[in-house]
Amino acid sequence: MLDEDLRTMIDDVKDGRMDRRAFVQRMLAVGLTAPMATQVLAIGGVAMAQSPSPYKPTKRGGGGPLKLLWWQSPTLLNPHFATGTKDQDGSRIFYEPLASWDVEGNLNPILAAEIPSIQNGGLTADGKSVTWKLKPGVKWHDGKPFTADDLVFTWEYVKDPATAAVSSAVYNDLTVEKIDDHTVRIVFKNPTPFWANAFVGAYGCIIPKHVFADYKGAKSREAPANLSPVGTGPYKFVEFKPGDLVRGEIYPDYHMANRPYFDSIEMKGGGDAVSAARAVIQTGEYDYAWNMQVEDEVLLRLEKGGKGKTVYATGGDIEFIALNNTDPNTEVDGERSSMKTKHPLLSDPAVRKALALLVDRESIKKFIYGRAGLTTANYLNGPARFVSKNTSWEFNVEKAAKLLEDAGWKAGPDGIRAKDGNKLKMLYQTSINGPRQKTQAIVKQACQKAGIDLELKSVVASVFFSSDVANPDTYSKFYADIEEFQIPMTQPDPALHMKRYISESVATKANKWQGPNFPRWVNKDYDKVIAEAEVEIDPVKRAALYIKANDLLWENIVFIPVLHRLKVGASSNTLKPVISGWANDTDNIQDWYRET
Amino acid sequence: MRQYVLRRLLIAVPSLLGISLVLFTVLALAPGDPFSDLATNPNVPPEVGLALRAKFGLDDPVYVRYLHWLTAMLQGDWGFSFVSRVNVDTLILQRLPTTLYVIGSSQVLALLVAIPVGVYAAARPYSLFDQLANTLAFIGFSLPTFFTGILFILVFSIKLDWLPLVYSTDVNASGVRWVLEQIRQAIMPVMVLGLFQAASMTRFVRSAMLDVIRLDYVTTARAKGLGQATVLVKHVMRNAMIPVVTLIALQIPAVFGGAIVTEQIFRIPGIGSLLISSILANDTPVVMAVTFVFACLVVLFNLIADVLYGWLDPRISLR
Repeated sequence: MLDEDLRTMIDDVKDGRMDRRAFVQRMLAVGLTAPMATQVLAIGGVAMAQSPSPYKPTKRGGGGPLKLLWWQSPTLLNPHFATGTKDQDGSRIFYEPLASWDVEGNLNPILAAEIPSIQNGGLTADGKSVTWKLKPGVKWHDGKPFTADDLVFTWEYVKDPATAAVSSAVYNDLTVEKIDDHTVRIVFKNPTPFWANAFVGAYGCIIPKHVFADYKGAKSREAPANLSPVGTGPYKFVEFKPGDLVRGEIYPDYHMANRPYFDSIEMKGGGDAVSAARAVIQTGEYDYAWNMQVEDEVLLRLEKGGKGKTVYATGGDIEFIALNNTDPNTEVDGERSSMKTKHPLLSDPAVRKALALLVDRESIKKFIYGRAGLTTANYLNGPARFVSKNTSWEFNVEKAAKLLEDAGWKAGPDGIRAKDGNKLKMLYQTSINGPRQKTQAIVKQACQKAGIDLELKSVVASVFFSSDVANPDTYSKFYADIEEFQIPMTQPDPALHMKRYISESVATKANKWQGPNFPRWVNKDYDKVIAEAEVEIDPVKRAALYIKANDLLWENIVFIPVLHRLKVGASSNTLKPVISGWANDTDNIQDWYRET
Repeated sequence: MRQYVLRRLLIAVPSLLGISLVLFTVLALAPGDPFSDLATNPNVPPEVGLALRAKFGLDDPVYVRYLHWLTAMLQGDWGFSFVSRVNVDTLILQRLPTTLYVIGSSQVLALLVAIPVGVYAAARPYSLFDQLANTLAFIGFSLPTFFTGILFILVFSIKLDWLPLVYSTDVNASGVRWVLEQIRQAIMPVMVLGLFQAASMTRFVRSAMLDVIRLDYVTTARAKGLGQATVLVKHVMRNAMIPVVTLIALQIPAVFGGAIVTEQIFRIPGIGSLLISSILANDTPVVMAVTFVFACLVVLFNLIADVLYGWLDPRISLR
């Protein structure tokens, strides 16, 4: 029914009977609206509105220096070697993709002349190709023209395994064809509903053929341009000191009118988040600082009478507690948490339900994350049209206790419940990080009241998140009963985010624990839903499938979502940064300006 | 003398080899992975991380990796950083000037404070000045630099707004203003490090002076009718400074090694912050190079201190 409504509405928009804003409002009403609502329209045959960001400056330059403070600093400036966001952020000052994600999660054309749609012939109904028109007259910083050859080269460069590019996965299953100097067609191997991945966002940065041509493949490390980028971006490269400083100056031939506003840019690195917040909010030495992983209480105190403020962007990052489906204490063929075992406690749905009732999300939000988190019952929290409305959560110790009591878990003399000689004692691990240890304490307290004993463990982040096969404390080995961390959603599409948990991706010794399905959850229905969603071109059906996938995760309590986390930055009061929750902080750097 | 130096240099070779072997093994056994950032990024399939590990030879057995490293090091190739994909020597040379400037000035400051205060305190032991100097010295070396650093930031940058909180690598000025800016931003870190050093050095100078001041030849000098200043500077200090010089010589490697904590607090792009960020990123080649260079400097300056001994005090013979 929803499906039909939407179709009529799309037609209305097409014929001009309904304007775009009304459409978005109607979608809101039926609970389907989204930053990506416009992508529905795009595939439905309506051109995306090119969301004009309210950019006020009327001339290029004259804004003085823009000083950014990243408390982890870029260590290299090749977007395709970028191991962390810091490197992507640094590279993005100089290199540009075809389009970036704006604040609402819409595509914002950068090097593209227009965003592909069915109407302008950019998209095809089978979802197997997309045609991008490039902006004419764009020049690289060294004066050479930017053409379709650069896109084809970028694709060849990245997909070459000898190059060892981290972005290779994005470009492996497609081919890039040059149609003319300013048109390229990307042909996908399989129908690809989310076509805006290659050449968009952080991994979409295009590198110049004439600079990198000699450094493809095994010689990629030797390219001088890895340290002195030549791009098309708003700022030209001046200086780079790995792990410390990136400097750029205004590019007078930049392809967008009146941009950039600032005469020079500086990205300083190092230190810690709290002092970075101080340097922006209290002393005003810097204009913007990234990733303010600081307790809200501290930020509120700094903001009092300060020269800056915090800014928030909503994306889809989720902090959660994952429940182990296998037994971490039994070793089978030299492997703990083996697929041949079943968790002795967590295989009982009552225990899972009780645990979900014992996570006090409201208190965690109120006392720990403050403005930087939203409570949620869902694993998938965005873009809005993929967010399920069928789920709910509550915090209720009595209910949890009753649930356990009814399932036969009786309290022993020490207050800990047990059944058939199995005590409700569990190991709860996470990485070392202030807010996480506090969350652990809150959950442990509630569990104690319900008769579950949690042993807390925290592992250094560099070990916890490593893929070191020899280390037993990684999140993917999951040698614990439950574990907490955050998975960022790096693009406004759930495909990659949700695909992690299909049965064949289970992390095991055989795949060196590289399988992304670390809860070791096996569910035929889920596999089927994901497989269908991957090839579903109809955006409405596809959204419905991902909502169903989320609901399966919820029903089976694969995860207990703790918080939907927002991106937090610190900005000076006069700066107008454009920060999207769906992209890197510098993804719209050309639109930043200062209001005086 | 020449023979002595030569022999010491030859002994240094096996000890440096031993140090490098220990360092390498410890680093190889330490947990962590330079590509761990990739692991939680759903955009990057695990194969990419594995391919990178294979490409950079991280999957080879430890002894093979050590031999690779050693042969490369002997040819002057320090390896390249996994994280920045830049040669390690470039990275280190980039950081060296700042470290030398900040840590060097703090050592100079320490000496400028410690020697006069120590000498003067020893000249009048248990006087009010001595008591005061002693108390301050105790407070000085009891307070860790991470504490005084943050305290200085709170007072001088946040409350008073006199000095910048962040050390900027490139000062945006030229001529005299550039020099003034450089000095201004270095004041806090230099003070923090220098005063900490000065505190313990003052105690050292004072006790060295007291050892000498009681000797008979000092009494003789006084009996000759020489003034207090001449006795102290010409007769007492010359002998009392011998152990102090050794101490300073052994401090020099630390000047190159940087100050990890202080550099991190003030965001000084020195060797110390390079070391700590490389450790956090599991960038083994950089950690290896920095620690190994540091070990070499310690061995070298130990030798220099010994040679200096002989030169300063003819009573000591080197054999």
